[in-house]
Amino acid sequence: MSSLAINISGLTHRYPAKKGSEERKALDGVSLQIPERELFGVLGPNGGGKSTLFKILSTLITPTEGSVKIFGEDVISHPSRVRSLIGVVFQSPALDKKLTVEENLIAQGYLYGQSGHSLRENVKAGLERMGLWDRRKEFAEKLSGGLKRRVEIAKALLHSPRLLILDEPTTGLDPGMRRELWDYLKELQNKSGMTLVVTTHLMEEADGCERIALLDKGKIVSLGAPQELRKELGGNVISIKSADPERLKTEIEAAFKAGASLADGEIRIEKEMGPDFLAQVMGKFSSQIHSITIGKPTLEDLFLRKTGRRISDPEHSHA
Amino acid sequence: MRKATNYTLLPILILVRRELVRFFRQRSRVIGAIASPLIFWFLLGSGLGKSFHAAGAPVDAGYLEYFYPGTLALMILFTAIFSTISVIEDRNEGFLQSVLVAPVTRGGIVASKVIGGTLLSLIQGLFLLALAPLVGYHLTLAGIGLAVLTMSLMGLTLTALGFVFAWSLNSVQGFHSIMNMVLFPMWLLSGALFPYSEAPTWLKGLMAVNPLTYGVSLLRTSLSPDQASIAPGLPSSEVSLLLIVVFGILFYIVAAVVVGRRAKEVSI
Repeated sequence: MSSLAINISGLTHRYPAKKGSEERKALDGVSLQIPERELFGVLGPNGGGKSTLFKILSTLITPTEGSVKIFGEDVISHPSRVRSLIGVVFQSPALDKKLTVEENLIAQGYLYGQSGHSLRENVKAGLERMGLWDRRKEFAEKLSGGLKRRVEIAKALLHSPRLLILDEPTTGLDPGMRRELWDYLKELQNKSGMTLVVTTHLMEEADGCERIALLDKGKIVSLGAPQELRKELGGNVISIKSADPERLKTEIEAAFKAGASLADGEIRIEKEMGPDFLAQVMGKFSSQIHSITIGKPTLEDLFLRKTGRRISDPEHSHA
Repeated sequence: MRKATNYTLLPILILVRRELVRFFRQRSRVIGAIASPLIFWFLLGSGLGKSFHAAGAPVDAGYLEYFYPGTLALMILFTAIFSTISVIEDRNEGFLQSVLVAPVTRGGIVASKVIGGTLLSLIQGLFLLALAPLVGYHLTLAGIGLAVLTMSLMGLTLTALGFVFAWSLNSVQGFHSIMNMVLFPMWLLSGALFPYSEAPTWLKGLMAVNPLTYGVSLLRTSLSPDQASIAPGLPSSEVSLLLIVVFGILFYIVAAVVVGRRAKEVSI
């Protein structure tokens, strides 16, 4: 029986009202258990509460209500005990630009109580692991986005934390570097038995996690393994574009007694036997249909069904 | 025990070192630090001191003698306070967030900035002090000792004061305008321009709660140890040193409390 890396219960956070903005509830009664050695993803739109959760887990802010324990230590009453157990990778850069790659890592080591020969060995191993040894003398301000992110990760791993928390770690990385980073995170989890918590707003990334939580408006709307969550939906998702989607939706519903929904001007229908159904719809309504597509349900579909919006819904993001 | 030391001293050590490394890597800061004492010395010497061309000759102008310690205090005041701009830079550049999630005591974060700022202001203060003989001062070993001690304590106190403001502000411009409101009155009412004994009673009250008053008085004593240079009404050197320390501890505690209060909201 593995123990819990993170135990959150009844977590609520409100940002106080400020001039020009009202009080905002960023987290609303979140409860969540993450066992040790899990690769856990927190997926949700911007403003859904991911960043607030990240800041609470990394001891940067104290929540309004609720309890958070990391490896049994209380984050709210004993933040200093938690700090040595966790490694944190921020979305925004946290390097000292005027220091070299190596100096950044050495500074990090000192901050975590390391020094001398063992620190140097540690820094060397970390730089080599991240393929940064040749770059160690370069100033952080001269590095590309991808390299900076690698230094950030090397920094966060330097004190061998038991839990690594990453906030949108692939921001600003191209697809190739994204894949590389995820491969590395999985390897890390497999080899070192580290627990990883990653926030993201990208479906593909969430699909790579063992379990995910869908976070929207401060609440967990779905929790489980990505494959399991997708099974909650029917076998296929059919999307239809039409000049008058409202009318077509009503007509399809009447004709086939099927539940359809409307999102972004598209009709969506979940169906066990998708291809047969598609043929029937086409047979009956082909004149009204601009395009019709069929696919396996994605996490985006799940989110859409739970909230009626897309994760990348522009109206909902304010970042 | 060893662990506790590691978590307190090592972070302070590296953060102070970082403060100095960053200073020496920014050429404009180094130039400013060397040039401003030189400019002050030159202007003071040529404008006020008749003995500028004959170093070693007794100082003629009474006002130069009066003005030099005040200039020394001004240098420490500005460098110490403005060194805490790095708090705002660290916050804006993101480095601060990685310090805040590290197992560093909050008091340690303050201590590292305070020590770093003090060392930087001391470098400049020493520079200007070294030029004092060229305008006619005769420095004694005891005088130098007292001046260094005074400048160090002033540095610690003023950096802690600057830290309290810098922590709660997020723009360098804002910090500049707020600190100018604090700095100039502090300097004007320190005894640098007119002696404490000449001030009207209501000003005397303000001067008495100004830590800089005691710093200027001490610097005056250290530069002219053979004269009874303590302005009438001001305490002895020992008491003055103690008062600066008390101010320093007070500002440090306020700074540590401000940092320790974990935010309900961070704007990182």
